[in-house]
Amino acid sequence: MISKILERLKTHIDPFLMGCISFSCIVGLFVLYSASGGSFDRVLSQFLNISAALTIMWLAANTSPHYLERIALPLFVLGLLLLLGVALFGEISHGARRWLNLGVGRIQPSELMKIAVPMMLAWYFAKREQSLRWIDYAVAALLLVVPVGLIMKQPDLGTALIIAAAGFYVLFLAGLSWKILIGGAVSAAVMAPIFWSLMHDYQRKRIEILFDPYQDPLGAGYHTIQASIALGSGGFAGKGWMEGTQSQLDFLPERTTDFIFAVFGEEFGFLGNVLLLILFILLIGRGLVISSQAQNTFTRLLAGSITLTFFTYVFVNMGMVSGVLPVVGVPLPFVSYGGTSLVTILLGFGILMSIHTHKTLMSTS
Amino acid sequence: MRLRFEVKNHSLEHHQYSLRLRVATGFIFFCFAVLLVRFFYLQLWKYEYFQTLAENNRVSLVPIVPNRGLILDRNGVTLAHNFFVYTLEITPSKAGDVEETINKISEFIEVSAEDRKRFKKLRQESHSFESVPIRTHLNEVEAAKFAANRYQFPGVEIRSRLFRHYPLGNLGVHMIGYIGRINEADVKALEKSEDISNYKGSDHIGKGGIEQYYERELHGTTGFQQVEIDADGQAVRVLSSTPPVPGDNLVLSIDSKMQEIAEKAFENHRGAMVAINPKNGEILSYVSMPTFDPNLFVDGIDADTWKTLNGSLDKPLINRPIRGIYPPGSTFKPFVAMAGLEDGRRHPPFSIGDPGFYTLAGSAHQYRDWKPGGHGQVDMQRAITVSCDTFFYGLALEMGIDKLTSFVSHFGFGKKTGIDLVGEIGGLLPTPEWKWRRWKQRWYPGETVIVGIGQGYTLVTPMQLAQATAVLANNGVAMQPHLVSSIQKHNGAENHLMPITKLDEVLLDQRNIEIVRAGMVDVTKPGGTAASVGAGASYNIAAKTGTAQVVGIKQGAKYNAGGMDERHRDHALFIAYAPAEDPKIAVAVIVENGGHGGSAAGPIARKVMDYYLLGKEPSTENDAGKKAEPPIPEDAPHD
Repeated sequence: MISKILERLKTHIDPFLMGCISFSCIVGLFVLYSASGGSFDRVLSQFLNISAALTIMWLAANTSPHYLERIALPLFVLGLLLLLGVALFGEISHGARRWLNLGVGRIQPSELMKIAVPMMLAWYFAKREQSLRWIDYAVAALLLVVPVGLIMKQPDLGTALIIAAAGFYVLFLAGLSWKILIGGAVSAAVMAPIFWSLMHDYQRKRIEILFDPYQDPLGAGYHTIQASIALGSGGFAGKGWMEGTQSQLDFLPERTTDFIFAVFGEEFGFLGNVLLLILFILLIGRGLVISSQAQNTFTRLLAGSITLTFFTYVFVNMGMVSGVLPVVGVPLPFVSYGGTSLVTILLGFGILMSIHTHKTLMSTS
Repeated sequence: MRLRFEVKNHSLEHHQYSLRLRVATGFIFFCFAVLLVRFFYLQLWKYEYFQTLAENNRVSLVPIVPNRGLILDRNGVTLAHNFFVYTLEITPSKAGDVEETINKISEFIEVSAEDRKRFKKLRQESHSFESVPIRTHLNEVEAAKFAANRYQFPGVEIRSRLFRHYPLGNLGVHMIGYIGRINEADVKALEKSEDISNYKGSDHIGKGGIEQYYERELHGTTGFQQVEIDADGQAVRVLSSTPPVPGDNLVLSIDSKMQEIAEKAFENHRGAMVAINPKNGEILSYVSMPTFDPNLFVDGIDADTWKTLNGSLDKPLINRPIRGIYPPGSTFKPFVAMAGLEDGRRHPPFSIGDPGFYTLAGSAHQYRDWKPGGHGQVDMQRAITVSCDTFFYGLALEMGIDKLTSFVSHFGFGKKTGIDLVGEIGGLLPTPEWKWRRWKQRWYPGETVIVGIGQGYTLVTPMQLAQATAVLANNGVAMQPHLVSSIQKHNGAENHLMPITKLDEVLLDQRNIEIVRAGMVDVTKPGGTAASVGAGASYNIAAKTGTAQVVGIKQGAKYNAGGMDERHRDHALFIAYAPAEDPKIAVAVIVENGGHGGSAAGPIARKVMDYYLLGKEPSTENDAGKKAEPPIPEDAPHD
């Protein structure tokens, strides 16, 4: 009986991914305990977040990709409407308009779009597969630009970046011509000065301070300087769990959320960082394999985009903490405290598992 | 055949897809290589450097809040200064049960209900990791008592904070403003102007008046101290420090004594008064009545007091001189007169026979003069002196609205004066285009007629009226009005005078100036509408009274002040400059629901001018003497 239930639970779960995810979450809880200054409450609360997110992952894994394909369009439209709702009636917290109060609770529609946008684009390309023309890429680009623009306006640079990346990956994998890609890169270089003039002052400042954090050691450069000191002083093997002076002495801001990697790097050193990178590479590699084995265009593109988006989380977060990228609010998967992004990430992995385990026999007739 | 094609197509697509995946994989490895290089650089190559930094990072940067600049009057009297007080503060995130903590504190130190209310309000406005004062102005005994029991109170600290104090209390509060706790909107504004890091450690920011307008100058530059910290985060010793640069002191052109005289002169009335030096734009007094005590806002005002102030029918929080708008009434006439004269109309010996009303051709409507039966034969000078409505009705209509408004706009009507205060309103100088834009209705000639006597849509702020009077006194040259006359840097080591600038100039014929001046001087002589104001003055006062209706009066009905609700009574207006021959001061006074300009608003202006020109302070003896003066020849009930 019990083994039957266990069997049912396991059917659509990819053991390799599940193993890596579990290990990452456990590491994350340990780091969080240290970063929060030994707060068991924080750890417990994150444990509940993880449990909820794993449940959602399981549900996603047990949902057929056909169903996902059917809801791609309505989900995207819903997400877009909610984003418009935020722009019009959203609640402001910490200087940004991101939340929508539905009476029963607050939701952050931009989070939904992290999945809805790649699903929509994958659906669109799958539908137009037989007659793909340049106009389709233009339509797809528009489907991407609108939500990204709305989220940038909130302003939530981190989320906008993740969604833009997720959408771009679909375009790229769907075969967007190299000419356009290279042309785009060239024109981006040309447009950079124009963008510069359009940016918010605080965003411009973040980039300036990336190159010279000591411009404003008490203000905007503070995060970057303190995080570099934390990482650097970790050395080869780190100062040891709960022994990081930077984190324990309150020097690191946002050390349980976006900057938690600095705590990890300080306490576990270069060695820890490399091991963590390997862990993430294993997750990404598995995702790419799943994508390459997927059976149809929709699942293939979706799996590819989800995997590459996960990579983007990792790279942007580690890059900003270590000072090679500007500070944008992107959490470190499985380690940063917070339930919302965890749910989105594990939902993505659930979809990967679903794509991998819901294969049907190829029809040859 | 078809099947083969599909298969081929499929495999081709698959081939392309796996190529793309390989490119992506390459990109991933490249990015991770960048990260690895960076980790290598930080953690191995520069390890010792960062190791030392981390060691030193027992070194923390502590901001040192600069002393806020003082605000002084023209004679050096302090209007705003700072002093240190002990405060008892709670950091809610560290204190556990805050209610319980407060109850326990009150066993040692008195905590009043007001303190609790204020704490509650401040706590709602702050983050849980910010410390919020539960008690301010602790005395030595209280501080010692708490220090002895400190171990019982995690998250509660005694701090020494710089407090702003306004020694003259209510005096000139709308001009000086006050400071209050930095709230979320302030933080946003500071982030936008990139001043936020200069506010590390600051709790207060200017919230109105000079305190707000000159926030940048007053605040100063935050210094910081590098402090060595032990493992518990307690400061051990100071390693180095960058001293803060104190804020600049501001010297106002106001005379606090004169300000006091002016405010007292209002007695219990609501209203506003502005006095300007017409030659350089210095504001000499700036009154908004009623006033309130700015010191209430410094430690955070409690909710009940705030409700009382904000809900009061007298609206003490409104900055009337720049935000109160009133119809100028007859005080508008000298400017209309100037417009007519400059336009070549109504020069002597032109005169009219005033029947007591004016009618438009083809209309039965009577535009009444305030004096039933009229003023008889009236020329321009006399029209100003007796405030003849009929004369100005005709003049306005003949000139036309466009010409009239474009001329008087040179006196500053319809636009902000640009005084160094936040929130000024520009008033309204109506034109047919404005009316079309605003109401989608065409302009009627009758509306031009009443603009001639300052009624209709025309609206002015007391500040605008004072400025216009100053421009008139200064022969058409408009100086930029300002409150701050100099800025003292580095505790007075450097003194920067504020530049005196010309705003606008309209060329006026000297003969026309004389006609208007003569008419206005006669206003304060026997037979004028404000004869009582000029009585016994050793200098000539050029003035004009005015009345602004609060409620309309029906055609044929009579205004009866006694029979009306006080708040429906007319507003009294008065403008003046003196000495008429060489003006040193220009004044505009508005007394809300004061009735008639000459009797309600005029005496206030007279007291201010007496003090400014003669150094004479109104005394009780003087008042008694005034009562003994012969009864004033019949002041107008309406104008």
